Amino acid sequence: MPGMITAFVATTQRELLLSLRRPGDMLNPLVFFLMVSTLFPLAIGPDNETLKEIGPGVTWVAALLAMLLSLNSLFMSDYEDGSLEQLLLSGQPLPVIGLGKTLAHWLVTGLPLVIVAPIVAVTYRLPNEVIVVMMMTLLLGTISLSLLGAIGAALTVGIHRGTALLSLLVLPLSMPLLIFGARTVALAAGNEVYSAGIFFLAAYAVGALTLAPFATAAALRISNE
Amino acid sequence: MWNTIWTFFHKLASPPHFYRISAILLPWIAIPGYLLVAWGTYNGLFVAPEDYQQKDAFRIIYVHVPSAYLSMMAYMIMAISAGIGLIWRMKLAHAVAAAAAPIGAAFTFLALATGSIWGRPMWGTWWEWGDPRLTSELILLFLYFGYMALRSSISDTAKADKASAVLAMVGAINVPIIHFSVVWWTSLHQGKTLLAEGGPAIDAGMLYPLLANIFGFSLIFGSMLLRRVRTEVLFRERRKRWVKELALGGQPA
Repeated sequence: MPGMITAFVATTQRELLLSLRRPGDMLNPLVFFLMVSTLFPLAIGPDNETLKEIGPGVTWVAALLAMLLSLNSLFMSDYEDGSLEQLLLSGQPLPVIGLGKTLAHWLVTGLPLVIVAPIVAVTYRLPNEVIVVMMMTLLLGTISLSLLGAIGAALTVGIHRGTALLSLLVLPLSMPLLIFGARTVALAAGNEVYSAGIFFLAAYAVGALTLAPFATAAALRISNE
Repeated sequence: MWNTIWTFFHKLASPPHFYRISAILLPWIAIPGYLLVAWGTYNGLFVAPEDYQQKDAFRIIYVHVPSAYLSMMAYMIMAISAGIGLIWRMKLAHAVAAAAAPIGAAFTFLALATGSIWGRPMWGTWWEWGDPRLTSELILLFLYFGYMALRSSISDTAKADKASAVLAMVGAINVPIIHFSVVWWTSLHQGKTLLAEGGPAIDAGMLYPLLANIFGFSLIFGSMLLRRVRTEVLFRERRKRWVKELALGGQPA
């Protein structure tokens, strides 16, 4: 169906263009990620062994929070200026449009986090092989987080002061990702077999890619009634 | 046969009908429930033999196990009725989902609290992150909180119903994943198997009171749910004629 693909590409392009015009929005989660990662050594102390121990978990928690922070704006401006309504009326399948917006969100927020994460990991004294595993888990994990978060963002889009609520909805759902992401990196750091975690994260990403757009679409419809 | 069943359910879906039928049903669920719990609790606390290892501390299972079971059961009931409400646009199903959430959260809290109280003498700590059931129960409580928070922040009932239904269904898909991931996570901690799997078979004197309490708690849960749904229905239909007639002392039309 060419119409569907055109709608998908057009939505993604529009979102990317909008993000490029407002580079601040794009940078904020990244800076937030770096700042949260700085807080932990300051709070815990500069001991190398401890930092190595907590590195995987801290990086993952910081990435999760940075993703959450950026989710609020996913549908907000479109909702406020009425273009979300136009997208709903466009006659194109809503899951595809939602997926396009989610892809753009991931490209602008998730992917940069994956690229910046090694800088943080190096300061936490993680060895290079472990950093590669960390990037892999973050790559798969942020895809799922964008997709899960889109459901939450769509549910809370019309709600006044929805930011705290959004975190309340998305955090419990994202806990399996955190568990598998952080533990997989920790296993790799301990020279143990870590492939199970990668497989799980990949399976989760595929599952979320299949199911989440429909939930997002249903939520967008409900929020725009 | 099927037609009669369908007609029964269609009638049940109509609020005045439900209100009437549930009034008849309520004592038949509540009274056996309280009787079973009274019998089970008395036998569990006073008659059942002491555990050879845990002594009297094991007796908390007569509250803990039924609560833990109902915490998950309530989530399932909530998610399924939310799904029915969303797919078949059945208003009563949404009322059931709305009514089930606080009760489910209460049982989840009860399961966590009793588990923690039991853990104090058994594990020597109020909280053990290494136990997967405690941790996944805690995440379940968070899921309930999210659901109730979403529902309470949307003032339009119809919209709140649908939005929270989507969340309940997404949560229901995630509950097994959460449980599985927590089990995997704790299996990495070595040598903390405080609860030996496949331990000695439970004594019949301990088992029957437990079964009585599980069934009894379930029936009490059912009666609480029914009561809350009745209130919810009255509130939602407060501008309808049958509620006004009811409030003025007449029989529902």
